[in-house]
Amino acid sequence: MPRRLLRDGLIVDDDWTYAADAQGHAAGSVILSLTQWQTERDKWDGGKWRLGLVLLPAHKVESVADDMSRFELIAAEFSGPGEGRGYSQARVLREQWNFKGELRATGYVRRDQLFFMARCGFNSFELPDADIAGAHAALSTFSFAYQPSNDAGLALKLPLRPPGIPASA
Amino acid sequence: MYRYDVIDKTLVNERVAQFRDQTQRFLAGELSDEEFRHLRLRNGLYLQRHAPMLRVAIPYGLLSSAQLRALGGIARRYDRGYGHFTTRQNIQFNWPKLEQVPDILAELAEVEMHAIQTSGNCIRNTTSDHLAGVTPDELEDPRPWCELIRQWSTFHPEFTYLPRKFKIAVTGAAQDRAASQVHDVGVHIVRGPAGELGFEILAGGGLGRTPIIGQVVREFLPRQHLLSYLEAILRVYNLEGRRDNLQKARIKILVRSLGIEEFRRRVEAQWELIRGSGLNVDDAQIARLKGFFTPPAYRSLENTEPSIGKSVAFQAWYRYNTVAHKVPGYRAVYVSLKKPDVAPGDITDSQMELVADLADRYSFGEVRVTHTQNLLLADVEQGDIFALWQNLERAGLATPNIGTLTDMICCPGLDFCSLANAGSIDVAKLINDRFDDYDYLYDLGELEIKMSGCMNACGHHHVGHIGILGVDKSGEEWYQITIGGAAGVDASLGQVIGPSVKKADVAETIARLLEIYVEQRQPEERFLDTVRRLGVKPFKERVYAAPLAA
Repeated sequence: MPRRLLRDGLIVDDDWTYAADAQGHAAGSVILSLTQWQTERDKWDGGKWRLGLVLLPAHKVESVADDMSRFELIAAEFSGPGEGRGYSQARVLREQWNFKGELRATGYVRRDQLFFMARCGFNSFELPDADIAGAHAALSTFSFAYQPSNDAGLALKLPLRPPGIPASA
Repeated sequence: MYRYDVIDKTLVNERVAQFRDQTQRFLAGELSDEEFRHLRLRNGLYLQRHAPMLRVAIPYGLLSSAQLRALGGIARRYDRGYGHFTTRQNIQFNWPKLEQVPDILAELAEVEMHAIQTSGNCIRNTTSDHLAGVTPDELEDPRPWCELIRQWSTFHPEFTYLPRKFKIAVTGAAQDRAASQVHDVGVHIVRGPAGELGFEILAGGGLGRTPIIGQVVREFLPRQHLLSYLEAILRVYNLEGRRDNLQKARIKILVRSLGIEEFRRRVEAQWELIRGSGLNVDDAQIARLKGFFTPPAYRSLENTEPSIGKSVAFQAWYRYNTVAHKVPGYRAVYVSLKKPDVAPGDITDSQMELVADLADRYSFGEVRVTHTQNLLLADVEQGDIFALWQNLERAGLATPNIGTLTDMICCPGLDFCSLANAGSIDVAKLINDRFDDYDYLYDLGELEIKMSGCMNACGHHHVGHIGILGVDKSGEEWYQITIGGAAGVDASLGQVIGPSVKKADVAETIARLLEIYVEQRQPEERFLDTVRRLGVKPFKERVYAAPLAA
């Protein structure tokens, strides 16, 4: 049974496969580890595959920057409830490398983190089934924000302005 | 002071609802202890030795009388009739019931208060100078900048799961009354090359297991860039700070391992990418924030000398517990929470309500919490000071000891905290019992004793003129003594004098340290200065020359 996901606010079946589960397939949508991408690039880079990539918490976004256009999906893995590097990875991907594809939170992902993850630019979430029901409510935990980030539509409290609006100084 | 608008109100109410849901899910067994721990900690709730402890945020230590009154009511109805003020200018309740915490938060929200980010690995309450806005030696009032940082850091989506806690202090005066050099980030308001006001930014200071004085990352930051620069520092820290070892996860370890030059290079590189972003704050917006901190309606008065012709008791209190104000005819008045038989920083429900009433009557309805765990009425007319003293005296809030030996900083220690190795409140009591002669205390002059019940250093022992650290020795409580620490502009870390001593010998140890000081001091020299001039050696020799046991 395919994994269920929260993506762009909708609960959907996952149409991506992790490479370890993709054996025997000759084409499709596959998510690679950084090591697989670096060591087996020829195998995957032939155009038959839609490619995704998993970044582990310690991975530097800069290390895949040159290949970013090759990936339609990047997943940041959260190793546990205290892990926080993925939030910065997401913002760097979206804001500094202009990554437009699917940005997925994987690993330890629970409804209580969704609001902040979404604000950092994640748009899909691998949640345990028990958390899928509460996920929509979690995405609208707060009605306003005190600081600019990646979300559209959330009203910002002055004195800060949304990204893209130049400051006078 | 800052007042909530509809956005602040909405956010705090939404937080109450979120935490109520999380608490219910935990009580229903839907969240594990470990999962709930990460959530409750970001809302100031510890589950510790006897009961939960709830830490309530007091942004940069500023309270309205209505807020202090509400805290008193919460202490009475949800706790055992008292609260404890901390070195982060916050207040802790030691006996709430877990299932009632959401109700407490709802009551706090009604007076524009909360417990957001008062614990956990996130950006904590920003602290500042308790004399902000009233001290004569100030370049600019730091509180509008503190409020700006408060808003930016509240629910920051990127920095809520940092490697470790993160503390910021902001000062705007020549004297550093906020211990800013031992913060993860210290922000100093300074003048730039053309005389304009901006910031000096320090990073990598901290206490705990590895005490380090902060280093300058940037000598001058133009004011509109404060938040983008902080965001650059936090991003470098969030991505690069160690997460494999709790003891090495503070930013101070990152700064030390990279070296300040490399750390600065990374921060500046990150800042270049975001400095033009929506984090810039223009003058109009700063002016709007400053509007919340305009001076109260001072009367036009002459300076007087309120202690003339008054009792010796009032004169002593006036000398030690009041300080100069920049406006003629006014003084700032400390409300001492260091009564000898009370745990340092503790205050009862009715005392909170009384101080709130006195603030309304004598100090424009505002109260400040100092990082030394006292309260301050910042704007008292000199003509009212005697009447104020009478009220405080009757309530046990006029112990004339501010800045002296018995004005100790002290963590809750083994009596409450599950991290502690040793008691600290009872040691404070033993010290108070030993040093009960005010003539001697006054003769000793300025002396800061700071005490922590464990390595986490909540009592700032490293930067005490005399520092006391509780250690566990095979199940017994022992105490390591340091001397020569300081938290101000001349910040320094204390040096250990020698082997740790038993609880019963702490007071005698301090007495011997003070003997050397009294014998060797030069005119106008504080204990700290004598230690700096002579070094640890003569003090150490005196302490260990004869057996300590009383």
